[in-house]
Order: sequence, then C-alpha cells, then structure tokens
Amino acid sequence: MTPEELRKIANRIRRRDLQAVFEAGAGHIGGEFSVIDILTALYFHTLSVSADNPLDPARDRLVLSKGHTALALYIVLAEKGFIPMAEIATFLQHNSRLNGHPNRVKVPGVETNTGPLGHGLSIGVGMAKAALLNGESWRTFVITGDGEMQEGSNWEAIMAAAQFGLGNLTLIIDHNRLQQGARVADTNALAPLAPKLEAFGWDVEEIDGHDMGQICAALSASKGRPGKPRCIVAHTNKGHGISFMSDNVAWHHKVPDAEQYKQAMAELEAAAS
Amino acid sequence: MTHPFDKAQSHDCRDAFTQTLEQLGAANPDIVAVCNDSVGSSKLAGFRDRFPERLINVGIAEQNMVGVGAGLANGGKIPFVCAAAPFLTGRALEQIKADVAYSETNVKLVGISSGMAYGELGPTHHSIEDFAWIRALPNVPVIAPADRNETAAVVRWAAAYQGGCFLRLSRVGVPDLLPEDHVFELGKANLLREGADLTIIANGVLTHRAMIAAAFLAQQGISARLLNMASVRPIDQDAIQSAATETGAILTCEEHTIFGGLGSAVAEVVVDNCPVPMTRLGVPGVFAHTASANTLLDDFGMSPEAIAKSAKDLLARKG
Repeated sequence: MTPEELRKIANRIRRRDLQAVFEAGAGHIGGEFSVIDILTALYFHTLSVSADNPLDPARDRLVLSKGHTALALYIVLAEKGFIPMAEIATFLQHNSRLNGHPNRVKVPGVETNTGPLGHGLSIGVGMAKAALLNGESWRTFVITGDGEMQEGSNWEAIMAAAQFGLGNLTLIIDHNRLQQGARVADTNALAPLAPKLEAFGWDVEEIDGHDMGQICAALSASKGRPGKPRCIVAHTNKGHGISFMSDNVAWHHKVPDAEQYKQAMAELEAAAS
Repeated sequence: MTHPFDKAQSHDCRDAFTQTLEQLGAANPDIVAVCNDSVGSSKLAGFRDRFPERLINVGIAEQNMVGVGAGLANGGKIPFVCAAAPFLTGRALEQIKADVAYSETNVKLVGISSGMAYGELGPTHHSIEDFAWIRALPNVPVIAPADRNETAAVVRWAAAYQGGCFLRLSRVGVPDLLPEDHVFELGKANLLREGADLTIIANGVLTHRAMIAAAFLAQQGISARLLNMASVRPIDQDAIQSAATETGAILTCEEHTIFGGLGSAVAEVVVDNCPVPMTRLGVPGVFAHTASANTLLDDFGMSPEAIAKSAKDLLARKG
C-alpha cells in the first residue's frame, strides 16, 4: 500500500473518530488524532495480523499502552475486519464492549487490557522474550504517549529490553508534547527522548509521525540493529488534522460542540481527496 | 532465640515449590520462571542451572516483572512469577489487577516468604495484607498451602490450570500434615480432624498450630473439627456452611491481618447463610513488633495453647 493510500485511510479513520466522539459526548480526540497515522501504518503496512485468526500464535503483536485512545484502535480494528464498523456507534454506550479502554477478552485483535499508563512496554518485553525463547520471527510493537514516559515502570522495561537483547521489540513514542493538563515540558520535561533511550542501549530513530513514508520506513524489519530494542520517537501533534485542535492542550478529552464538529468535519473532508 | 517450632522435622515449603517446578519444567518447555533478583530467596538456582534460558531475571523491578509475565503468557509461555510476597503483591498490585486479573492472562504469581516469615526484618517485609488485596480481584485464585506436600500439589495444579493465580508460600518450616500424594482441588477444604463442638479453620503455617490446638482440646474433652482451607478464593462454601450448622461455632487462624483475609472470607459466608458465633485470630490490624516469625504468631495469640484457649472462650458464647 502506498503512503498516499495510507493517508486516505487515516483520514477516513479520523472522520469516524470525530463522529464517534461527537455522538458519544466523550473520548480522547487529541491523543487519538496524534496516533492515528501510526496505527494506520502499522495495521495496513507493517503488522502481520488477520481478523480470520486473531490469536494466531505467529501473529505480530501491537500493544496500545496509551489505552485512553482506544477509540482509534477500535476503528482501525473495524477497518481491518476484526469487529463490525457499525459497532463503532456503540462506543461508550451501556453494555457496549467498546469501553474507554481496550479489553482483549471482549474485543478481538486487542492484545492486552491497557488503561493505567506505564503497563504496555513491560508486556511487550515479555512478548518479545517469548518469541525469542520459541525461536519465532513475529515482532512486537508498543505505542506509548510521551507524557506516559513519566511512569517509572517504563524505565524498568527499557532496562530489561536492552539487557535481554530484544531486537524484535519496537517502541513507538507518540511524542505530541502535551499531557492531560499541560505541556510535557512544563510538567516533567523528558525531551530530548532519543539520547535517553540511546543511553539505555536502544537503537533510536526520530521521525515525523504524520509522514506515512517516514513511518513505514521506520517500521521496516530491515531497520534497527541486531540484538538491540528499537525506539521510534514519532514527532506528532495532538489533534493533528484539525486546525483549532492541533497542538492545543485544551483538546485532550474535550468534545466538540455542533459548530466545532461541522468545521472539523469540513476540514477533514477537504483533506480527504 | 530458637523457637520450639524451628525444629529439624519441619520442612521449608520453598524446596517443594522449586523441586516441583523443576520436574514440571523438564516435562514442559513452555514453563518459565520470572524473578526480581530473587534467585536465592525464591530458591530458583536449581531451575536456572537446568534451564538457564528459561529463568528470566528482570532485576529489582517488580512492576516490570509482572508485566513481563503477562507478555510471556501472551506468547504462549506458562510463567511462574516469583518474588517475596510483600513486594510482588504490594509493589505490583496494579499490574496484577490490569495485566493478570482483568486481562485474564495465564500468569502464576508465587509469593515467597509471605506472612511474617521475615520476622525481625519488620513490617516492610511482612506480607499480611496479600489475601485482602488479591482476594478483591476477580479471576485470580488465592491459595496458601499448609506444608510441603500441599505446596507440591498446588504447584502441579497451577501449571495445569488455565488462568492466573496467586500462590502464597512461606519459608517458615512446618512438618508434614498432608499425604505425599495429596491432590489439590481449587475451592475445596481438607477435613484434617472430625469434630462436633466447634470448627477451627486455618491455612498456611497456621494449620500446623491449629492441629496441635485441636489435640489439646481433645485432651480436655472438646471435639474440634479442623479444616485446612488453602483456597481462600474461591472458598469452600459447603464446608463452611456444614461447619456452622453441624458444630455451631467457627474459629479462624491466619498469618494475616484480620481485616480482609481468611477469617473475613469465612465470615462473609457465615453471615450470608448461617450466622453462628465466630472468632477470627490473626494480626489485629497493627504493624508487628520485633520478633521471629514463630514468636510473632505466639505474641498475636496463635500459639497452640492460645488457639485452644480462644476455642474454649468461643464455646462459651455458643449458648
């Protein structure tokens, strides 16, 4: 699939996400719009996964550690046929299996139940270690937010991944520079992330997290160095694709009103073709 | 100071755990051990020597340890995640909740040196809250075996069971109480002594003490039923209801705070179904003073003599 085709899919996912947040009256639209391009590239370009056999032992694993952006994952999984697209309309509704954070028991394609931050990377370390022990070639990908890297458990996992030589593990940090209530830099500044990961023995690449060509190239199995875990620092914008949401801390989990919804949808439709 | 129970005929259940794990590991290459630098205290050196690539030591990082266990389970492994019980359950409680219980992963949590096994090291190293913490979570059976034979049986059961569980092991020696070929059944108590006047329910290292207490009571003409209740969740509701209706009083003994542990679990069944007088022995909601594990149990009213005394006091309340 070409970068242009991927871009069109990501635009379609953003429109469905915007509609679902508007209709549900809740969601984490800012972080969803920063990670949608990465998720689209993973599921439509990189990952070997199949809705026909969601628990295939040989599948690649994707852990969305920033579980509050579950809606984006649900829509991607629907686009891939894991769940019906019509079900997205039930997001957050009474008894829907699509709650605010993903559940592997209820939703096929979800690998682990995330929500509390700082859990996914440790699970990814265990997955990658299992693949090595089994002598299998499937790969493990973990997506964290940049604010999430403030959780100390991530750094426990970063040390272990290097110690275990997990060349089959890729961490993608959705570096949108904003956390729930403020800029990361004004809260507990972590940037620059790359030298910190390098100091822990990781292979690191920085990319534009909204450039499909760069994302796909960075995710390629030919990238990286043998025996080293790989980190992609993806520079992104929260609310990317909507002028008044982009890089605006107010849109962490704000819901657009009718006028804002109309304008946002018009901007996405204009960018669709 | 040496306690009378620190005797040669007693056995450290950790040895039964690791010997059984090695046997299972030899038969099933998917069995792995995960630890937090605790190769020595978890007695995993033998496992490491036999299966070096399957001993996954994450260093002193309990949150990561449990998450790694969940990931290994996702990759088809059967991880036994071993650490001192206070750090496994306290430090990594949210990982146990989200990554094991809620995610329904096949992770075997093995809390070593639980209760007050670390004695003089003090309350930071005591694990007398773990029944309450883990019992509050769905999907994770909580099991405290009483001796080396039950420990071996529980480890064999855990390896075959599809799902997470918490095995609460001690390092305080106890003599053999159950037969060598004992088979563990989840949610089933073992009747160790029949009796009609009251029932004593215990698990872990307290079962040994309760057994001696029941013998003391017999010498005084009191017939005490003794149930070994390794499975704290799910708990054997039938055995508890029978005990209440047939003996009319229940005394519980546990190496745990009386808030939320075995006694509370038994009381929940009793109150809901068959109210009878109860006494719950355990740590009375305090941080322990300095003493060895066995001396602390004595000090908190759980010497065999004191258990027998509590039983007699309880009988007086039967009316």
